[in-house]
Amino acid sequence: MTLEGDAELQDLYRDVLIDYFRSTAHKGVAEPANLRGRGANPICGDEVELTAAVEDGRLSKVRFSGHGCVISQASSAMMAEALEGKTLEEARKLAGAFKAFMLEGAPAAALPEELDEVRSLDGVRRFPVRIKCSLLAWNVLIQALEERQS
Amino acid sequence: MPLDVEKIRRDFPILGRAVRGKPLVYLDNAATTQKPRQVVELLAHFYGLHNANIHRGVHTLSGEATKLVDRARGKIARFINAPKPQTIVFTRNTTEAINLVARAWGERCLKAGDEILLTDIEHHSNLVPWQMLAQRAGAKLCFVESEPDGTLSAETARRHFTARTRIFAFTALSNALGSVSPVGPLAALAREYGALSLVDGAQWVPHRPTDVQALGCDFLAFSAHKMFGPTGVGVLYGREDLLEAMDPFLGGGDMISEVWLDRATYNELPYKFEAGTPDIGGIIAFGAAVDYLAAIGFEDIGRHERLLSERLLDILRCEAEVAVYGPRRIEDRGGVVSFNVGDVHPHDVGQIFDAEGVAIRVGHHCCQPLMRKLNIPGTARASVYAYNTLPELEAFAKALRKAKEFFRVTSAR
Repeated sequence: MTLEGDAELQDLYRDVLIDYFRSTAHKGVAEPANLRGRGANPICGDEVELTAAVEDGRLSKVRFSGHGCVISQASSAMMAEALEGKTLEEARKLAGAFKAFMLEGAPAAALPEELDEVRSLDGVRRFPVRIKCSLLAWNVLIQALEERQS
Repeated sequence: MPLDVEKIRRDFPILGRAVRGKPLVYLDNAATTQKPRQVVELLAHFYGLHNANIHRGVHTLSGEATKLVDRARGKIARFINAPKPQTIVFTRNTTEAINLVARAWGERCLKAGDEILLTDIEHHSNLVPWQMLAQRAGAKLCFVESEPDGTLSAETARRHFTARTRIFAFTALSNALGSVSPVGPLAALAREYGALSLVDGAQWVPHRPTDVQALGCDFLAFSAHKMFGPTGVGVLYGREDLLEAMDPFLGGGDMISEVWLDRATYNELPYKFEAGTPDIGGIIAFGAAVDYLAAIGFEDIGRHERLLSERLLDILRCEAEVAVYGPRRIEDRGGVVSFNVGDVHPHDVGQIFDAEGVAIRVGHHCCQPLMRKLNIPGTARASVYAYNTLPELEAFAKALRKAKEFFRVTSAR
């Protein structure tokens, strides 16, 4: 299927993405937090700060702050939502699945059900320069998990 | 005489292509311009019929290539009214030209406690090399703050000169705001205080007549690719006595006079600063680019760009919830217009424009400190050149309205 112009745009900026972008449900800072990460995309200046509370090995509260485009902010919001209640190992696996989806062309159907909403980023894969926007929060997460482990 | 834009456009095949199903409207000229046939053809002609390495070759091709590079150097010297061709040093780009001065002049002449004066609207390329130098030399960085409209003023700048100011490096035309600097008065100020002046001319030289002797600057840096030339070629103009006194920048072939195992003496200007094989084809093609610009003439280019900039500003100022940055007065502006649409991130704005075939640049434009000062993550930026047309700006206007609709930007929100 080749889309052009408006159809392609609608596919990139699906309504659900705009909703997540506008949503404040997971915006802010988790206090107290024992998992923290920070990342920026030097090319576009987008910034994401991730804070999370880990209780009994599970992410009980996940928040993000910073600024960025619809794609990076919506992706951050969906990630925060998907992570709450997950163990650190599960979080790591979700990050792996997300990166496989965005970078390796893994089919949307292969995403675990926790990442149902993330399927709405499907259209981003058609815009290679925007893929990095969707990855920022997840890369921050991966780094934060690695730092916590070491 | 109005510019014969249709004639110019015929020299740029790329302007006839479609992007995402729409005719391309190229408004990213501050990043790089398109290249006319004449430049591309000369590049192909050089590689097709004259290619050889320059200097030291006794064979005919090498002699031809050397002569072509010399001729291009001469053209570029005349283009900015440099007193001698050897005051033109070829670099890779503006960034490398500035780094050359920061290294070759800075490391020899700067002492601990000396001051490097910059402004708060500089491109990272006219900031970071000086930060690196200041760190190595123990020098101090000082900054002239831009006026509220993004221009630089000589009166404000004067307050920042001290007995320890050794160099004042500033942009002639801001790539982020489009503001035009009073280059002559700023250079004169540096002279008055016994400091050197370095002008970042990347956005100026392609659009305004440049006379380094009349401007009175000590160094001027600019890039070929922003003025119809190929990527990979930049220029540092430097006052001859300063270049003579400076140490080399990079070491290697071509920049030497005599070499022993443990030491070397250096070549004369400009070769002292041109180590290794340069972008020979690119330099020669750059010569064709300045010929092309000179044939059109800056008077007509200037008038045309002003017409386009005025229309761009009109379009943007008529839309509610659109913020325009930079000077209000058209006299203080070049053909660069920065804006934001409501609270929509510039990248998302740029995406809508792209879907309309309109190429603009979005982000911090390599001016993060300035964006921080303006308290914005970035801007969307349209920049015009001789081949842009008023009907193209109507496509821009349509894309702007579409971006507002798409992200539901209304004054009510």
